[in-house]
Amino acid sequence: MLLIHCPYCGERPEIEFSYGGQAHLARPARPADLTDDEWAAHLYLRDNPRGLHAERWRHVRGCGRFFNALRDTTTDRFAGTYKTGESAP
Amino acid sequence: MGRQSWSGLSLLWQSLSRHRGWREQWRKPEPKPAYDAVIVGGGGHGLGTAYYLAAEHGLTNVAVVEKGWIGGGNTGRNTTIIRSNYLFDESIAIYDHAVKMWETLAQVLNYNVMYSPRGVMMLAHTVHDAQMLKRILHANRANGVDNEWLSPEEAKAFCPPLNIGTDIRYPVLGATLQRRGGTARHDAVAWGYARAADALGVDILENCEVTGIRRDAGGAVEALETTRGLIRTRRVGVVAAGNSSVVMRMAGVRLPLESFPLQAMVSEPVKPVFPCVVMSNAIHAYISQSDKGELVIGAGTDAYTSYTQRGALHVDMHTLEAICELFPCFRRLRMLRNWGGIVDVTPDRSPVIGTTPVPGLFVNCGWGTGGFKATPGSAHVFAWTLAKGEPHPIAAPFSLERFRDGRLIDEAAAAGVAH
Repeated sequence: MLLIHCPYCGERPEIEFSYGGQAHLARPARPADLTDDEWAAHLYLRDNPRGLHAERWRHVRGCGRFFNALRDTTTDRFAGTYKTGESAP
Repeated sequence: MGRQSWSGLSLLWQSLSRHRGWREQWRKPEPKPAYDAVIVGGGGHGLGTAYYLAAEHGLTNVAVVEKGWIGGGNTGRNTTIIRSNYLFDESIAIYDHAVKMWETLAQVLNYNVMYSPRGVMMLAHTVHDAQMLKRILHANRANGVDNEWLSPEEAKAFCPPLNIGTDIRYPVLGATLQRRGGTARHDAVAWGYARAADALGVDILENCEVTGIRRDAGGAVEALETTRGLIRTRRVGVVAAGNSSVVMRMAGVRLPLESFPLQAMVSEPVKPVFPCVVMSNAIHAYISQSDKGELVIGAGTDAYTSYTQRGALHVDMHTLEAICELFPCFRRLRMLRNWGGIVDVTPDRSPVIGTTPVPGLFVNCGWGTGGFKATPGSAHVFAWTLAKGEPHPIAAPFSLERFRDGRLIDEAAAAGVAH
């Protein structure tokens, strides 16, 4: 089980959190202007990297807040977590 | 070198001659500088694709490149369940295509894949479960696929260890049964396809990891860079399961995939006690007994994407708690080992099979948590697709373009699994 550092509450076990997938996916400002390919890319295509991955977590059984984390998907080690709105460390 | 045919007679002959005449099952060739087609990924789907390319399409100058060893990836890590009781017509078509091929696969490959149609029972624990399973049942029967409804008593008669008491957290309200469903020996499937493909001239290149995909001025595939040197080819089929995103990115293609660890475990071996396969999607319990006597138990995926081929213990515990409640006789059984595999999951939980925006590059991925059952069917339609350059009719709905066109095959919702 992962130990995850919530930026608000500190280190907590993984079962207190829910996973939110790839971070920093901004909804297009003008969706109507997108082509079908661009819209599909926004909805469905993901980086799924082998290595560092910026991802969202939510401390759902704690403070309830969303935050972001940088984690290496080849080791599951966290490089760090940071608040929503901040850029990756 | 032709294939050494196996039979009861050859076993008798070999035992009389002290087993000195067995040949290796497939060669260990050096890579040739060029092939007509290269399959990336030496699991069951990839090896099967190479076999059908050679056997049905006359394409024998083919290589399978595998970064590890044959049978070391998800082919050797799954819980070997075979069934075709899916909801949508497109899914039923491809999975039942596979079930029909399982029935004769051992004879076709001259390799005992131990296909055992012992029946797959799916449990309903709530009224909604029952409604959904019955909807699937009727969809199956409308497509000519066998499936039947069992009362709790009938389910218990079919699987005596099942607890149908009403005092448990998720009591059994009924079950569907697909009698043609069952299990097979997963390693034998990979080995059988490898041996059969090799006999037809296919080169199986183990410990050969793809590190780059070279494209010509027109954008088409012209070569693969590998840890065993450059391999020229104009046709590449990527069947790399959890690593499909990684390989396809080398050609600049992003896929609608996320890779998660999926865990499984086996118990200490016991005498035959469990006659069928039982699945409960609602509480994530999948169980059968291997011919060695181990109970083979499948858990759910971990929450986060990862390539580590391991997962957290609380995921296994979640499943074991469900198993212990459904089958109280297993409460004192010890688990022998657990492991993880990396599964590539699409947004609609259906696979992606077909062409890509890159000329000469084809992909067969996204089988997620349930690819083993489809192995022969998937390999068969993907070989057709590779050979002809256009999707096989059964594979056509599973195109990459379905995400753009909004024609999802949403088995995620159909399964009712809390993904």
